[in-house]
Amino acid sequence: MTELVEPRAMGRALVRRDGVQKVRGTATYAVDTPVDLPAYCHPVQATIARGRVTAMDTTDAEAVDGVLAVLTPFDAERLASTEDAEYAVLQSDEVAFRGQLIGVVIAETSEVAREAADRVRVSYAGQPHDTELSADRDDLYAPGQVNAGHETDTAEGDVAAAMAAAAVTVEQTYETAMYHNNPLEPHATTALWDAAGDGFLTLWDSTQGVHPDRAAVCQVFGLAEGQVQVICPYVGGGFGSKGTPHANVMLTAMAARALPGRAVRLALTRQQMFFLAGYRTPTIQQVQLAADRDGRLSAIAIDVVEQTSKIKEFAEQTGVPARMMYASPSRRTTHRLAALDVPVPSWMRAPGECPGMFGPEVAMDELAEALAIDPIELRIRNEPEVDPETGKPWSSRHLVECLREGAERFGWAGRGPRGHRDGDWLVGTGVAASVYPTLRQATSTATIRFAGGRYVVEIGAADLGTGSWTILPQIAADALGVDVADVDARIGDTRHPVASVAGGSSGTNTWGSAIVQAAREFRGTFGTDPHDGAEASGDVDQAAQDEDHAAYAFGAQFVEARVHADTGEVRVPRLLGVFAVGRVINPRTARSQFIGGMTMGLSMALHENSVFDTRIGQVANHDLAEYHVVSNADVDAVEAYWLDEHDPYVNAMGSKGIGEIGIVGTAAAVSNAVHHATGVRVRSLPITLDKLLPALP
Amino acid sequence: MKPFAFARPADVAEAVRTVAADPAAVFLAGGTNLVDHLKLGVATPDVVVDVRRLTSREIADTADGGLRMGAAVTNSELAADRRVRERYPVLAQALLAGASGQLRNAATTGGNPLQRTRCVYFSDVTTPCNKREPGSGCSAIGGYTRYHAVLGVPPTPPGPTAPDTCIATHPSDMAVALAALDAQVQVLGPHGERTIPFVELHRLPDGDPSRDTVLEHGDLITAIDLPALPLAVNSQYRKVRDRASYAFALVSVAAALEVADGVVRDVRIALGGVAHKPWRATAAEEALRGAPATEESYRAAAAAELAGAVPQPGIDDGNAFKIPLVGRTLIAVLRDLTPSEA
Amino acid sequence: MDAEISLRVDGEAHRLTVDTRTTLLDALRERLGNTSPKKGCDHGQCGACTVLLDGERALTCLALAVAYDGAEVVTADGLAADGELHPVQQAFLDRDAFQCGYCTPGQVCSAVGVLDEVRRGWPSHASPDLTGDPELSHDEVAERMSGNICRCAAYVNIVPAVQQAGGQAS
Repeated sequence: MTELVEPRAMGRALVRRDGVQKVRGTATYAVDTPVDLPAYCHPVQATIARGRVTAMDTTDAEAVDGVLAVLTPFDAERLASTEDAEYAVLQSDEVAFRGQLIGVVIAETSEVAREAADRVRVSYAGQPHDTELSADRDDLYAPGQVNAGHETDTAEGDVAAAMAAAAVTVEQTYETAMYHNNPLEPHATTALWDAAGDGFLTLWDSTQGVHPDRAAVCQVFGLAEGQVQVICPYVGGGFGSKGTPHANVMLTAMAARALPGRAVRLALTRQQMFFLAGYRTPTIQQVQLAADRDGRLSAIAIDVVEQTSKIKEFAEQTGVPARMMYASPSRRTTHRLAALDVPVPSWMRAPGECPGMFGPEVAMDELAEALAIDPIELRIRNEPEVDPETGKPWSSRHLVECLREGAERFGWAGRGPRGHRDGDWLVGTGVAASVYPTLRQATSTATIRFAGGRYVVEIGAADLGTGSWTILPQIAADALGVDVADVDARIGDTRHPVASVAGGSSGTNTWGSAIVQAAREFRGTFGTDPHDGAEASGDVDQAAQDEDHAAYAFGAQFVEARVHADTGEVRVPRLLGVFAVGRVINPRTARSQFIGGMTMGLSMALHENSVFDTRIGQVANHDLAEYHVVSNADVDAVEAYWLDEHDPYVNAMGSKGIGEIGIVGTAAAVSNAVHHATGVRVRSLPITLDKLLPALP
Repeated sequence: MKPFAFARPADVAEAVRTVAADPAAVFLAGGTNLVDHLKLGVATPDVVVDVRRLTSREIADTADGGLRMGAAVTNSELAADRRVRERYPVLAQALLAGASGQLRNAATTGGNPLQRTRCVYFSDVTTPCNKREPGSGCSAIGGYTRYHAVLGVPPTPPGPTAPDTCIATHPSDMAVALAALDAQVQVLGPHGERTIPFVELHRLPDGDPSRDTVLEHGDLITAIDLPALPLAVNSQYRKVRDRASYAFALVSVAAALEVADGVVRDVRIALGGVAHKPWRATAAEEALRGAPATEESYRAAAAAELAGAVPQPGIDDGNAFKIPLVGRTLIAVLRDLTPSEA
Repeated sequence: MDAEISLRVDGEAHRLTVDTRTTLLDALRERLGNTSPKKGCDHGQCGACTVLLDGERALTCLALAVAYDGAEVVTADGLAADGELHPVQQAFLDRDAFQCGYCTPGQVCSAVGVLDEVRRGWPSHASPDLTGDPELSHDEVAERMSGNICRCAAYVNIVPAVQQAGGQAS
């Protein structure tokens, strides 16, 4: 048990502290940073998917008035480390995927940089490329581990025997599409290299973690941490794509070193982001469920096939949630990868859980249908008493309560096996479960200083719209026992104490634990009447860490879907989620995270799809006109509720992460609702009208 | 983006002279399509000639009871005009189904019909495209064909490397309504003024997919006329798309219907998202005139129009779904337009 | 090629030299240092660059600056020029109608334009009756605001914020 902080500021729906700047547009994102006389970069990208650059003629580019420098693989500086092939920009003539960075123009204006980049003439020796993901490939391989350090495969019991013996089985293949994070702020950096002494690099970079960002840059360029400062007070969204730096950051730093003393800016275009800023791999999920007549599972299996790039492995942990979600004596999860000539996949909101709760949660609906059991009841009947994966007790698990409260609020009672027709619309409802692990990162330090009658909390944390600017003072205020109005936060700068990445919904858990530790240290040292300048620090690794329980957040999502009887157009007038996430620090910002995640889940269900053209080896629809994210008109009612859950094990705030669970399960709930409305089981996302049309009246 | 000179002539005549004199000159109106294409390298003019403030921004009643819409009237203004809303609802609806509020505030009556295809390969200068670069081949054949044509394409497409293959669609919603409404285009060209029936403005690829319209270099649309068309009071635009708003049409239907005594007296139909040009559905219209205003007639009309439709294979099963989709949408629109007593 | 133009931005007159290729967005951001309008897509596909241009909401990324010589521009920052938030901005704060904030200046300017367009009786795709006067219903606001993409997906807070600012409590 952790000593819980008494909530006074925590739990209050305080208005965002950065709100005024954001509604005025005066919050300075990475390319907004005011600097003297910035130069502008425009990258050159490969237009073949595999091969070599044999020559780059930069004569025309350099002749453009206003061009300051053109860097190519043939003349760029050699980096200290090329260990991470994604970061090894302009280090060789090899092309590993279409759109790869092969040069950059630095110029006095953005117009000139762009024009000159267009004037760089590139010759290639192309080779046949291989970009087609398929479960039938004979070269699929098992990675050493999957993302977040999970085991690649797990097995217990005998799935095949259970499938053969079961009264009812489901055996289907489900597919999720390729998705691009597409934060609205493009990946962007302003960089300034001061050549004096050993040199000093300042990066105003759009990142989910200034310290991890700095560490990567230091490694690639062979710089000491003291030589690099990363500043990022505001992040225009990331959803994982800014959780690790991408090659554009290294290219900007390289450009800055080519132009010492001059700040350079590089913002990827929206089109370039479809090649360079990471993405979620498409997944192919073969799911097996076996159950008795009462719906008690005897087997759960998920065999996942997905892709990675040949130059850098990223293995999405899609099969992981099936390891712990429901009770079953037999269980198998596997991950197999195809290594392709494609851009490097990476984190996108709830990697693993998001795609991995699509197939299994639709399969559960199929099982409920086959058994004629209510899908909520089916889930309740398979509720595990302890974590099936580790055998540990749950720190808290209130999935059943989420399902029941959601059913009550949604009006689930009396739902029949088929939906109904309302005028031109076929109407149905669906449900799915959500889950996300409660994670804490190993490194983070907070400092609290008393100055001028105010408490100042410093930590290199990030606020990507998640509310850190607002909620970290709430945690500090309660840990210090003072009014939140007397607490200031300083985040988003490597000059502040080290902080972990804002990822894995771990920010509040990690940084908050460090802040509570610092506050306790502060009070222990200085008491309640500190002198001006009193300062204390706390590390997350000093905070109590429970190892004896399995800690997860849970949720249940309910969807009403309407399908137009003539055209098959799908509309979702209502999304409702109930979540069990421990203590909610700020209901206002938390609600925004839940509805934002759920709406992004709706977007995944109905719209998002990076259509990969394997003939040329790129995403065909690489802009926001053709890659649809949900628009305002696609959204009607989105309701998020949470249980009054107290988890005494997770941390001193009693809080679990909330940034990602909202997107988990949503797409399955939509697919289940569309099935209820139409009888069509869409197992391959997105749910577009062409998949429904053949079955319409 | 290539550098260009910017010219702001004093009047339309000078504008036409300026563009006509230079093969690398283009007109700029609202800019919503041209500026996009300048950045993409799809358009590479030497001179950009601004006509936004030169043509009329008036919507005037015409002697025959129709409307003359000045080329500079914005899509927002046109959709908000009371006369358009009451007499040509199909046009107001088509305009409002297009783009976004901000884009409609910039896009103009003269410019909207001249917007170019949304084919993703046309927009990407790193891929072959016969429309952008004649003779380079068509990347869309066998590729991402969801937004591509099913009408007006040869039954057996000549293959991706054929120099004149193009399966792009015209993306304008407004143009589909104008095609249905028998609009007339007023053009000022190097050789004077002329009038082009709107249905003849756009063309099929026909050997030269680089040309979207019959306009010659230097031709400027100065106005578009709507004839008096009483049946247009009972008209509708139905757009089917992948997102509820701010998305181009998969298919769309513009129709006006006059029914008396249970019989179709007159009808106008145009289809969008299905061809290289706004598709006036003459076969469907012919099948309907004089036919009973029934679901059966509507089905037969849709079938008649779509008899020559050719699905395009491609990624994610291609676009075969568009044929039943546009047929079902047409039937639904006609059903909606049928007076309940019929 | 360069051109000299005049712009009035957030009440202040400017004379500046731009490349003929410079968009209004880049003129504001890179020449005048006004970074309130944001670049999200640079192709008219997201709405983050929306300002009020001669009184109407407009995408600055698709406007060549040279074509708008003499124009009056109001950015989200200019809406609060006297230090007091515009009612739309206050409503966005009250309703937590944003997360990361990157699309927000564009949403705010767009919302100001929407309220004006509704006052003028302009219909929308969501209007149940083309010839009637539009109301600030959920569907009307959502449709009219659909040219502003919010990747954080604050849509269900944006709609009531716009309704609140329009004097229609929800």
